[in-house]
Amino acid sequence: MNVINNKWIGSRTIRPDGADKVTGRASYSSDTNMPGMIWGKVLRSPHAHARIVSVDTSKAEALPGVKAVVTSKDLVEFPLDTAVMLGIQDMRWMSRNVMAREKALFHGHPIAAIAATTEAIAAEACRLIVVEYEILPHVIELEEAIKPDAPILHDFIQFDGKPSNIAGKLEHKLGDVDAGFAGADVIIERSFKTRPVHQGYLEPHSCLVSVSSDGKAVIWSSSQGQFMVRAMTGLLTGLPQSDIRAIPAEIGGGFGGKTIVYLEPVALILAKKSGRPVKMVMTREEVFRASGPTSGSMSTVKIGATKDGKIVAGQGIYYLQAGALPGSPIRGAAGCAFAPYDIPNVQTVGFDVVSNRSKVAAYRAPGAPIGAYAVECVLDEIAEALKMDPLELRLKNAAKQGTKAAHGPVYPVIGFVDTIEAALAHPHYKAPLGKHQGRGVASGFWFNAGGESSAQVNVTEDGNVVVTTGHPDVGGSRAAIANVTAELLGIDHKKVSVLIGDTATIGYSNLTGGSRVLFASAMVVTQSADKVITTLKERAAKIWKIDPEAVTWEDGEARPAGANAGQFPPMTLAQIAAKASETGGPIGAGVQLNTQGAEGGFATHICDVEVDLDLGIVRVLRYTSFQDVGRAVHPAYVEGQMQGGAAQGIGWALSEEYLYDKNGKMDNASFLDYRMPVCSDLPMLDTVMIEVPNPKHPQGVRGVGEVPLVPPLAAISNAVYHALGKRFYSLPMSPPRVLEVLDGV
Amino acid sequence: MAKLHVSTTINGEPMEFLCEPHESMLDLLRGVLGLTGSKEGCGSGDCGACSITLDDRLVCSCLMLAAEAEGKSIATIEGMAQGERLHPLQQKFLEMAALQCGICTPGVLIAAKSLLERNPDPTESEVRYWLAGNLCRCTGYDKIVRAVLETAAEMRESA
Ligand code: FES
Ligand code: FES
Repeated sequence: MNVINNKWIGSRTIRPDGADKVTGRASYSSDTNMPGMIWGKVLRSPHAHARIVSVDTSKAEALPGVKAVVTSKDLVEFPLDTAVMLGIQDMRWMSRNVMAREKALFHGHPIAAIAATTEAIAAEACRLIVVEYEILPHVIELEEAIKPDAPILHDFIQFDGKPSNIAGKLEHKLGDVDAGFAGADVIIERSFKTRPVHQGYLEPHSCLVSVSSDGKAVIWSSSQGQFMVRAMTGLLTGLPQSDIRAIPAEIGGGFGGKTIVYLEPVALILAKKSGRPVKMVMTREEVFRASGPTSGSMSTVKIGATKDGKIVAGQGIYYLQAGALPGSPIRGAAGCAFAPYDIPNVQTVGFDVVSNRSKVAAYRAPGAPIGAYAVECVLDEIAEALKMDPLELRLKNAAKQGTKAAHGPVYPVIGFVDTIEAALAHPHYKAPLGKHQGRGVASGFWFNAGGESSAQVNVTEDGNVVVTTGHPDVGGSRAAIANVTAELLGIDHKKVSVLIGDTATIGYSNLTGGSRVLFASAMVVTQSADKVITTLKERAAKIWKIDPEAVTWEDGEARPAGANAGQFPPMTLAQIAAKASETGGPIGAGVQLNTQGAEGGFATHICDVEVDLDLGIVRVLRYTSFQDVGRAVHPAYVEGQMQGGAAQGIGWALSEEYLYDKNGKMDNASFLDYRMPVCSDLPMLDTVMIEVPNPKHPQGVRGVGEVPLVPPLAAISNAVYHALGKRFYSLPMSPPRVLEVLDGV
Repeated sequence: MAKLHVSTTINGEPMEFLCEPHESMLDLLRGVLGLTGSKEGCGSGDCGACSITLDDRLVCSCLMLAAEAEGKSIATIEGMAQGERLHPLQQKFLEMAALQCGICTPGVLIAAKSLLERNPDPTESEVRYWLAGNLCRCTGYDKIVRAVLETAAEMRESA
């Protein structure tokens, strides 16, 4: 299974797309232009909740320079009573998110779009559109939205037989929680709140779409899946997928937020109507108001344990904000909350709640940080009540091979215990702390995904190798694929070039999401490379006039399998490639698979903070992440995932939140006011990679990208408690809130 | 309003262009001149993705008017490497994986270069505060800071 003495797997090679990215050559979505191109702009609702009585675009259309107008009438209508699913996305909601239909459901909701010869004319034309609104009462906060007398967003949504903002419920059950709590010596129950936070990718959404007179469309955009862009745009515009070619630009960050479309279908219709290529670029303000974020939440978690520290029951009730249309990540919250532990009695319930906010999008381990935050904070209190070390408590209850999780699976070989043991043994855990400083720990789990992927491995005539896969590369996956390919073929990694195909040049590949890219692409690349090696051996056999079975492939060369096979000098890949046309033609192979066997990821984090009692500022002093990474195919980019997740968690815990005014308008839609961590806010982020190879993967790969965001919220909260002796039950622990708690408000 | 005629120097080469009086340097660079290495993350001076230098001063090109380039010298990411030879910071960023998605990278590199020109021996804190205007959402800054410190050390040795 696992390649021993790896030469390339595990090495810190230079990424194939690196040179272009440090010189400014790499082409991100808004870097492409076309001759004759015009600009699209979106008119957005100024109201948080309003019925759209009429939209009159005649004045806008009369403005010189305006070339096309789009309203919801131009998109395919998905009736409210019939679900049309694409993966986890329901097109009824997707079409209404891309363009408001019956009602404007949040401030910033698209109402219409204009294409004009310049951005300025398009913006001016948007102002000339006359929309008659019937303003409706709105509801922003979760606790308000679930009240019986709350303004109802969607009449067709019923809960308990009545119109409701609760759009869905999910429950996981294992054993009998009541019986479990009855046998507990200590029970702690607490309620928590988190605020919506944005994925915060630096590159705003944008696209360029060209439709030719025969109806065939080309889309350049940055997304986490060109095949998602093709399918969703096709469904929303009514075009067959075969008429759409989606070309993935370099992506400037996604973190889940680019797993759906916002602009592409609109730009496509504008391009079709105008006969001109149309470019659309969101402003940062639009990104904040109308894309992402992830849910805010309310939760109550109850945990019972016996005196000796055995957890006997766990219960978690989670309410998650979906934004204006259903679809919050309750599965991640309810599924991952207790997943790291072997607990006989577990019940988790998630409620999906709509309110007049932008529709949430996936964000790194969607829902799981919310699930873990509450559980891991209560565990800290349990440890304290039992006078147990919080890591020892986790170790005592840690899930292992054979543990049945409440969300269903029985775990195979997993490395969760290893992460706790590594944390216990790490110098960080014993380092002395000063005044107003505290240390917190927390663990976390993420499902990780497999799914559809395609690869093509071609040998060039001059003896190099080109690998094409179908996944946008968000953080170094091409570098890892180069390592895998070089290892398998036994050639220098510099001889391998790795490309990302568009929807016309590579087979279907599901999203870059679920921490699935390297897991799935290494699998299809491995199978493709195996086929290539088989061909290379056959060609050598043909040249040597021996049986293909009598040829082996070692160190990038074909060799006779043994003395009986005959005496021939080895042939390199390049030598065989040079004779390809005489021996049977081009050498290459592709594989398309629905990959299976992605196993969950586990992590444990330690965080030290210091609290400034006068200013209320919480400063992270030291941070160490321990993670079961399966196999670190390219260790530097695995560390990068761990560090990036920790940093986003620090932002979520300490400074990031959506703020709304009384009219339901987001009050802090800029990077100045929505405070993501900057360089001077953070310390170095230490990482300890623990390799417990996934037995179901040829290289042992486990997804590594998302679980790093699961433990930080609780690790930081627990650290703040140990610094101050006061617990916080809501995020972010921003300076004003910290001062409130310190003042006992 | 009539367009303004501007004579300036970009990446060491004399350049002339016409611009609207209200046009930002970033829009001019990306749109008119096709120098798309400078990125727009916010358009409001909050992310640093558009960083360039104006007569060796680090500025956000989204906050600068194109007309202000008159008679000045501008450096963008496109001018950082000497032909095929990468600047030591560019090389170190590759070796140390100091970028993930890479959209912040041009701005971070321009800012880091301008730091090292002023302070060849910065402390970690000095690097962190100098780069505080350059948002990076992917890396958590760890590898960026290490790469800048390491480059500074190597440049001092070879100086
Ligand atoms: S684009 Fe200029 S600072 Fe963000
Ligand atoms: S590498 Fe993606 S924002 Fe910095």
